[in-house]
Amino acid sequence: MRVMAQMGMVMNLDKCIGCHTCSVTCKQAWTNRAGVEYVWFNNVETRPGQGYPRRYEDQEQWRGGWELNKRGRLKLKAGGRVRKLLGIFASPVQPELKDYYEPWTYDYQNLVQAPLGNDFPVARPKSLITGKDTKITWSANWDDDLGGTAELGHLDPLVEKVRRESEDRIKFEFEQTFMFYLPRICEHCLNPSCMASCPSGAIYKREEDGIVLVDQDRCRGWRQCVTGCPYKKIYFNHKTGKAEKCTFCYPRVEIGLPTVCSETCVGRLRYLGLFLYDADAVTAAASRADPRELYEAQLDLLLDPNDPDVIAGAREQGIPEDWMDAARRSPVYALAKVYRVALPLHPEYRTMPMVWYVPPLSPVVDLLREQGHDAEDRGNLFGAIEALRIPVEYLAELFTAGDTAVVTDVLRKLAAMRAYLRGITLGNDPDDAIAASVGMDGESLYAMYRLMAIAKYEERYVIPKAHVEQAHDLEELGCSLNFEEGPGMYPSGAFGEASGRPTPVAVETFHALKQRQTTEDFAQPGRLQGRVNLLNWDGEGVPEGLFPEKPSDPGRKDTEGDGQ
Amino acid sequence: MALLDILLWGVLPYVMVAVLVGGSIWRYRYDQFGWTTRSSQLYESRLLRIGSPLFHFGLLFVIAGHFFGLVIPMAWTEAVGMSQGIYHFNALLVGSLAGICTLGGLAILIYRRRRTGPVFMATTRNDKLMYVVLAAAILLGLWTTVASIGAPETPQNNYRETVSPWFRSLFILQPDIGAMAEAPFSFHLHTLVGMALFTLWPFTRLVHAFTAPLHYLFRPYIVYRSRDERPVAGARARQRGWSQVGTADRDR
Repeated sequence: MRVMAQMGMVMNLDKCIGCHTCSVTCKQAWTNRAGVEYVWFNNVETRPGQGYPRRYEDQEQWRGGWELNKRGRLKLKAGGRVRKLLGIFASPVQPELKDYYEPWTYDYQNLVQAPLGNDFPVARPKSLITGKDTKITWSANWDDDLGGTAELGHLDPLVEKVRRESEDRIKFEFEQTFMFYLPRICEHCLNPSCMASCPSGAIYKREEDGIVLVDQDRCRGWRQCVTGCPYKKIYFNHKTGKAEKCTFCYPRVEIGLPTVCSETCVGRLRYLGLFLYDADAVTAAASRADPRELYEAQLDLLLDPNDPDVIAGAREQGIPEDWMDAARRSPVYALAKVYRVALPLHPEYRTMPMVWYVPPLSPVVDLLREQGHDAEDRGNLFGAIEALRIPVEYLAELFTAGDTAVVTDVLRKLAAMRAYLRGITLGNDPDDAIAASVGMDGESLYAMYRLMAIAKYEERYVIPKAHVEQAHDLEELGCSLNFEEGPGMYPSGAFGEASGRPTPVAVETFHALKQRQTTEDFAQPGRLQGRVNLLNWDGEGVPEGLFPEKPSDPGRKDTEGDGQ
Repeated sequence: MALLDILLWGVLPYVMVAVLVGGSIWRYRYDQFGWTTRSSQLYESRLLRIGSPLFHFGLLFVIAGHFFGLVIPMAWTEAVGMSQGIYHFNALLVGSLAGICTLGGLAILIYRRRRTGPVFMATTRNDKLMYVVLAAAILLGLWTTVASIGAPETPQNNYRETVSPWFRSLFILQPDIGAMAEAPFSFHLHTLVGMALFTLWPFTRLVHAFTAPLHYLFRPYIVYRSRDERPVAGARARQRGWSQVGTADRDR
């Protein structure tokens, strides 16, 4: 057993309102640069829907992830090492810009600079790739809120599959449509196929926290990782010629702050914490013959941080005690393994993803409510989960390789939690029969409710800091995007845009920024240099710095208009 | 021996090697971030899928052909019983085929680069210069091959008795300038443009060829890297006299 620590995330899909705040703040933080205009490290998809890039889940087309060969051993779906090298001159299956979308901006200048005329000036859309006029036909969330689903819904690869199996039971008639949102980031897999596809060996997993990063100095732009990742969460920067991906906001996580997407999540649906896992068992777990066993195999990889053997193993591997403590308080471990309500996204890709999802009960609840039933009643909910095959089958395709029993179990737990808590809220005695009906006891059902409904910031984000004694190493660690404003913001090197050495990120910079953003005083009150922000002035009194300092000579009176 | 011959065939090759090696080392040390294929497949892949493999695989054959013609002495092939006629026929056949593939691939790629808006916009001046020299080198190389078809079989026209001895003599630092000076004009031109290409090489996107990822065949699939400076498996221990300035990690 080789115990390793892994930062993980759980998203509770019931709470996602599809506001895209996570996407926007992530974009502002990481991909607001030339070359990655089309890139969303975090995107929110409406399901059913094609996703971003379009139909990325159709691995018969895109050939991402792993499969088993005839001898039952893991093999990259896009082909082995020799085949990868032979295909290096033109990657055989590679999403093009049109599979993502052509990024655009608007010609706002025309609104104020157009010559006088009879027509209203308009801001035409301009392609960010060619700079020419463009017609907007798709985007990262074009089918948001089921827009166009009546026409395009059948293009969702999961719908295709479920339909084939259930013979047209899913109809996109409006009144029957179910919908939920799926926010996606890089899965920071335990068995990443992007890493295995990289000819240069530039993609690596950090030993300490399992975050998967691209070494921008070693990436040579062979772009095999884009094919390799079944979630299509590695993107090619067409200006720098390097692959980029979600960084799990490692500079924030290292100092104990949650990722930007988690921090800004309006629905507070994200949980961050540590998993401990057995690194030696990963390959065997990913090689299970039956894809439906992969979820269970992945759970088996996660180690119990209270188990004395695991604790001893962790000490042996040099995992610090405060990290062990964080692992014991980890909300993601609790949701995934203790309560078993969080499921991995597409375990059948065999990459062992480490971003987990609590499947949404809301399609079921909404339908019950619309039909006039009591949507909090245990009997109604349980019955509906059994009866509503379509949402359950769809969710099973997403989270359990089609095993509806697991999804049903999770939904029943969520339903039981609702019913149990309603009883308590109404002043009745807690009905432990409800808990027992889903194989839990009242106490743990209540604890689960606490974690899922009212957990505070510190309970949702249990992030042990990177160790201070290692801080000087972090400063110069070369890895992806490790500069403050991205490559485009710095003077270019000798070989055009984005060449030369990247500026390293320093942990002090983050502390300084944090201090500046949270302090109540001016950052440098002694050095206002005669400036004051008039927007913050309430008109009362004379703030320091409003007027230039009077000369110390008392004999001379300073008058306005002096020197005119 | 004319002064020009000495400069072109005795001095220039060493200048070229100095720039190629020195420039590559310099760029490898200071421009890792710029060391990439700068692929444009994201913009367009239909033409690329035909042109790029045609060009690159053709080029691999061209390189193999150059190795065969320049490095292996004529005496060796004759010793194993390969007559000049058979050699020449083979060289012509394989050389023209590989050359035409390479040229055809390059033509498709240049056409694509010019006609696909985003690809053309991503083309730098550096790229354009590189394309000119690269295309010239390939065209002139093909010309030497084609021109040799009708040429009389004199020792001067046989590059294995002029260019190849000169090429090999460069490595023992005693350049056989006379032999090279005897070669036909087409070979002179091809060699000069070739040297220009190698001089440009470290400063263009062509550097990606130097990091062809052959180690991919041998590395483990999953790569772990530590934030700590614990030695990576297989790494050499830090040598005495090279320990870093700074504070040592406390024991955990």
